[in-house]
Amino acid sequence: MSTDDAGVLAFKNGLRFFGREIHPAKKAEIMERPAEAAPDLARPPHEGGNSTVLRFITCGSVDDGKSTLIGRLLHDTRQILEDQFAALAQASRRRGFAAADLSLVTDGLEAEREQGITIDVAYRYFATPRRKFIIADTPGHEQYTRNMVTGASTAGAAVLLADASKGLLAQGRRHLYLAHLLGIREIVVAVNKMDLVDHDERVFDAVRASFAAFAAPLRIPSLRFVPVCALAGEMVVARGARMPWYRGPTLLEILEGIEPERAARARPFRFSVQLVQRASGARRYLGRIAAGAVRKGDEVLVLPASRRTRVAAIHTLEGERAVARAGDSVALALADELDVSRGDSIAHAAQPPRATRELDATLVWLAEQPLAPRARYLLKHTTRTVGARVAGVAHVVDIHALEPRAGRSSLAMNDIARVALELAQPVFADTYAEERATGAFILIDAASGHTAAAGMIR
Amino acid sequence: MTPDRSHLDWLESEAVFILREVAGECARPVLLFSGGKDSLVLLRLAEKAFRPGRVPFPLLHIDTGHNFPEVLECRDRRAAELGVRLLVRSVEGSMRRGSVRLREGESRNAAQSVTLLEAIEELQLDAAIGGARRDEEKARAKERVFSFRDTFGQWDPRNQRPELWDLYNPRVGAGEHVRVFPISNWTELDVWQYIAREKLELPSIYYAHRRAVVRRNGLLAPVTGLTPPRAGEAVEELWVRFRTVGDVSCTCPVASRAATPEEVIAETAAARVTERGATRMDDRTSEASMERRKREGYF
Repeated sequence: MSTDDAGVLAFKNGLRFFGREIHPAKKAEIMERPAEAAPDLARPPHEGGNSTVLRFITCGSVDDGKSTLIGRLLHDTRQILEDQFAALAQASRRRGFAAADLSLVTDGLEAEREQGITIDVAYRYFATPRRKFIIADTPGHEQYTRNMVTGASTAGAAVLLADASKGLLAQGRRHLYLAHLLGIREIVVAVNKMDLVDHDERVFDAVRASFAAFAAPLRIPSLRFVPVCALAGEMVVARGARMPWYRGPTLLEILEGIEPERAARARPFRFSVQLVQRASGARRYLGRIAAGAVRKGDEVLVLPASRRTRVAAIHTLEGERAVARAGDSVALALADELDVSRGDSIAHAAQPPRATRELDATLVWLAEQPLAPRARYLLKHTTRTVGARVAGVAHVVDIHALEPRAGRSSLAMNDIARVALELAQPVFADTYAEERATGAFILIDAASGHTAAAGMIR
Repeated sequence: MTPDRSHLDWLESEAVFILREVAGECARPVLLFSGGKDSLVLLRLAEKAFRPGRVPFPLLHIDTGHNFPEVLECRDRRAAELGVRLLVRSVEGSMRRGSVRLREGESRNAAQSVTLLEAIEELQLDAAIGGARRDEEKARAKERVFSFRDTFGQWDPRNQRPELWDLYNPRVGAGEHVRVFPISNWTELDVWQYIAREKLELPSIYYAHRRAVVRRNGLLAPVTGLTPPRAGEAVEELWVRFRTVGDVSCTCPVASRAATPEEVIAETAAARVTERGATRMDDRTSEASMERRKREGYF
């Protein structure tokens, strides 16, 4: 890969380390220690089967240290194994660094290196004794809306990178806006590169104040801040010695404490049928509980049949149980024989979803092929796929000004718009703000079969 | 408050949801099944997803003809126990047809792509479920759960479908198909923890046994009828186990005394080298070799 590498070298040095070139000596000094220490550390014990999962997204622009932060998280939780570390150190040497550059952990595909771009969302994994983490690592520049929306859709938390020496930039505002748009309730702003501002508490406070002021009207349920230096590994996993004034949790401690599933369980029961199984006489409805909990004997409403019945049995993957909750894959048996098929909804009888053939939604256009007004698309919502068309575009959000602009009828890739949709069949929906699982949908181009847009019901 | 579900429960429930989506949306799916540990996990997930019913799709093994007998035995036994139809298509068949031509000594591993694509065409499959994981290799980190392949079976990393929420899009046209990876989000450690929890029986070569090996390029290469020692190599008999099991000619064991899933978990948690780095000769050929093979239709 030597010839490819030369191009990458030029690209990465030019971009990723732009703005850091004034500190080459400092960089070499702080990167030496972890590089040497790494192979001697064993990974922490993993308490088999007792930890939960947190999916989070990392957002940052090219030069604010996102790759280094991810590399630091993986490295300091002992996920980087010797062969990976050796490859890292080798690549770093080729690129002119004395020590292993942790940012190269997130280095991408050959296809990307050829072009010097990051194509896509990458998923990375690490675990601590407390829980398993899945990172959706989204590139900060090209097509960032599409990629960030994709990564954020499954995330329970977002880590936004801010450069302490630059404060809140336009990109930071966009990341905050998009994380909020995708319904992420737990947002952590990691104020990185504290070394460039002499680990000064006042700088951290100023960055925090500017983010908080911008975020105030969004009413984000949890917005937290942590000062970090990813390069030196301060306040990411270890606390380091240079910021004694900060008494809050480290980034990892914050991530270990987030409980995104709690909220989903408190909401009314939602279940979409994946498959109907006729086993030993009785019908069973297979699916995963989208929200709330269900108990044997509960009264439920079946849609579109609009019939009430009771839950006769709940078969989990471990056998029959009296109760199951959001996230559980189950098979339900109902007290009455009803006409139920894939895509139908079984829900809380007193607080059912809304059956509707018209949607008011926020649409994020993902495909290169622009929206064809009046063209027929397929809309996939829960396990239900119906015909759909965009009846009107109310406005398109100007992603730079973060303001709505009226007067457009088509949408291009990365556009965010408020639209009206007409459906050939009803869907059984909540608003996205109420419940992600029953408030989200995708549009599929009926001709090509490709995913054209992501939608959130208002 | 009841305790949170464990991470294994979470991963299992997600994988079951994905398998049920395949059954609900795809017309002619198969589950790729070799008898190796990841495919045994996959089959257990399918068993639990459709219990008490049968697994609603056949199993397909793409056979290089260079197998460990313990693995084939496990393959046949599990398929028979669950009453699922097992289809076998062989690289040797492709060689007879002339669609695979190998140089002297070249591994049959990469040739599996050709045989798989031929099987997909022959059986008119629209979905092939596989046990690949994103943690295995960096070309896999950006892989979708439902990964679209064109009429040539190619994976185009630049033209992947965005995958949002759990709204998977398996829609394909004639001659196209999707690869589906229900255990995308699992790591090697998760797989072993699940094997231990489910008391899954694995081929014995996944646990410590005495085996004749030679040291080659930093790996322990097994000495078999197919893979005799080269001139000047000293044959040693060591305690080893396999972390991955593929074609005999390119899969290497690691030194180990781990005889149970729990002991393997302890070793895995303390492992210093990735699964593929420790065991696969072909992945070492080039940093991008997995990515290239994937683009050509590899699993």
